Amino acid sequence: MLKITEGSHAVAEAVKFCRPEVIAAYPITPQTHIVEALAEMVANCELDSEYICVESEFSALSACLGASAAGSRVYSATSSQGLALMFEVCFNVAGMRLPVVMSIANRSLGAPLSIWNDQQDSISLRDSGWMQVYAEDNQEATDLHFIAYKVAEDHDILLPAFVCFDGFILSHTYEPVDVPAQEEVDAYLPSFKPYQRLDAADPISMGMYATPDYYMEFRYEISRAMERAKEALKRAGREFDEEFGRDYSAPVEGYRLEDADTAIVALGSICGTVKDAIDEMRGSGRKVGLLKIRSFRPFPDKEILKALDDVSTVAVLDKNVSLGSGAGGALGLEVKDALYGSGIEVKDYITGLGGRDVRKRDIANITDLAESGKGDMYYGLREEVL
Amino acid sequence: MVDKSLELFDPGHRACGGCGPALAARLILKGAGRETIVVSSTGCMEVFSTPYPETAWRVPWIHSLFENASAVASGVEASLKKQGRSEKVVCICGDGATFDIGILCISGAFERGHDITYICYDNEAYMNTGIQRSAATPYDASTTTSPAGACSFGNKLPKKDMPGILAAHGAPYVATASIAYPADLMQKVERAVNTPGPCYLQVHTPCCTGWGFDGSKTIGLSKLAIETGLWVNFEMVDGEVTKAKKVVRKPVEDYLKMQKRFRHLFKPVLQKDEIAKIQAIADSNAEKYGIDIRV
Amino acid sequence: MVLNIGCAARPGKAGDNKTGSWRVFKPVFNQELCKKCGLCALLCPEGCVTVNDEEEYIPDYDYCKGCGLCAEECPADGAIDMVQEEK
Repeated sequence: MLKITEGSHAVAEAVKFCRPEVIAAYPITPQTHIVEALAEMVANCELDSEYICVESEFSALSACLGASAAGSRVYSATSSQGLALMFEVCFNVAGMRLPVVMSIANRSLGAPLSIWNDQQDSISLRDSGWMQVYAEDNQEATDLHFIAYKVAEDHDILLPAFVCFDGFILSHTYEPVDVPAQEEVDAYLPSFKPYQRLDAADPISMGMYATPDYYMEFRYEISRAMERAKEALKRAGREFDEEFGRDYSAPVEGYRLEDADTAIVALGSICGTVKDAIDEMRGSGRKVGLLKIRSFRPFPDKEILKALDDVSTVAVLDKNVSLGSGAGGALGLEVKDALYGSGIEVKDYITGLGGRDVRKRDIANITDLAESGKGDMYYGLREEVL
Repeated sequence: MVDKSLELFDPGHRACGGCGPALAARLILKGAGRETIVVSSTGCMEVFSTPYPETAWRVPWIHSLFENASAVASGVEASLKKQGRSEKVVCICGDGATFDIGILCISGAFERGHDITYICYDNEAYMNTGIQRSAATPYDASTTTSPAGACSFGNKLPKKDMPGILAAHGAPYVATASIAYPADLMQKVERAVNTPGPCYLQVHTPCCTGWGFDGSKTIGLSKLAIETGLWVNFEMVDGEVTKAKKVVRKPVEDYLKMQKRFRHLFKPVLQKDEIAKIQAIADSNAEKYGIDIRV
Repeated sequence: MVLNIGCAARPGKAGDNKTGSWRVFKPVFNQELCKKCGLCALLCPEGCVTVNDEEEYIPDYDYCKGCGLCAEECPADGAIDMVQEEK
């Protein structure tokens, strides 16, 4: 049913239909509206979950870890400092192969303190063993939750997942969203069947330590699961399309890329602005296209190479910065890696940090810069305060 | 009543010979029984009992991190509740994990009232990392981060009152126990796991390596801690002390002189003033809990 | 052995580690002097003292680390002797 709703509320509805048995959450802007909405659903008996009001994000994810290990489907949501506080637990959840799903309403990390959007928070957890999918709009943010649970809980995968959507830009924006019915979700997402669980009838020890004889192999197994997740995400996306008529089967999605000379590569809500900017540039005869990255972990390097095979210039937009790497963001560095040896010129642009608006004319300017060979830079700095 | 003859903690674990915490693990499981899910913090016990794949635990067991056992236990408990399952959830964590790094998570779990039992095996320092001071380290104990030296008698601070802190959270049952009194320890564990709500048990578990004494003396030393009044076995129900083990007290020197961590109080010269301060701690414990048997 | 997912394992493998090899002193149980109080079995940090069908307390030398706690706490004089291990 199509309804006009806030992004966070659409996500909360989606989570409700996934029937999480345990929710542990802590407030942080801009994520809070999700867990408020879920608390209200529990209070009104619309959602039958154990809702734990924990005392920190660290405990939120720790409680999810425990509940998942005991055999429940679990959910949490966070942003920014909250995710940073979860850092240690994030690596633990992935290493213990617990299929926790968490929404990330993307926000910058302090200092300086900023509540506004960029993607530094989830990007900083790129090596933690969590899948990371990014939504362009609230419909996608909603739908990706169903897909994330399905793939995470697949016994061939067993990896946790972040569903990332830009804080405020999506989380606090009202858009028409087609929220499916419970029966439809039940048909798509089977009830949770733990691979193994804490159970007195069949005891196991979970979270043991590994000596140097075993540690590397356990890490390698996570890598292999992440590799398998590429296909699992495609499969779950295709099945979603069959059930709901919206196709998320591709880890990357091209827009007017067929005959493009220059491609912009981006992650998240900025893709919408880029599409509008491309339409305008196309109107004035410029051959520009977009490659939207939906899945950042696992990283679809082969698909990126294939999609960008015919372009000569690539401009990567990064709403994060890997400090100390020059003017490099994580996405730029990885796209360069994926296209290494292809002869395609790749330039990276750090932009939109801490909520700085990126407008259509900025996209056009970045396209100009890329085509003139200038890049690997911060774009949009206020030179007058430097 | 649980069957206390059950052995739920396997031999083959890598604890030192005469390890107090290893004995505590065995006795705790005897008191808790088979229908128990254990959540461990990082620490000596976790390390000596679970190198993959050689687990010593015959009950379901989980370790996540150093500081989050009570948060993990909160999640386990919530999940069991949702599933309608009846296993007891028991945290077994060292004093560093309890008194120091884990106190935020413990406070949260106790405030929320989860039906869990949190057991601290208290060996009075960070033993796994090499005998560093924790907030459970007693006054004047020499550790690797509070060493005795030319201008130091070791740890300058008194032991934190964790039982008092958790009783103040409204815990229905808070108790201390010692491996020197196994029947009492097992009975307290059984009572804690069968008391609804968050319960706390602090178990004195001497560490022969960290404290510097022969492993054959582990029980004897635990007894002396009680007999000198430096450790008090008591029970608190709804915040009130209802029971404390009474003793004919011995002087604290009897306990201190057996341990290398207090050796600087006796050699090269006898530090009478410092020993008097420790005696005053024992006197104050005796007064507070009324443990003295007058003869 | 293939790795179990998530570094998890079922009980039963700790026994593969025969800690008896650590021993320097060995407890020798003198059954004639034993008063059958069971304290040695209760207090053993390894849990490796068991009772056989004849109600005799027997240490499992595969695991006994020779800490001497049983001998120290045994209330029956001479029922447990610690003797130097010969290897």
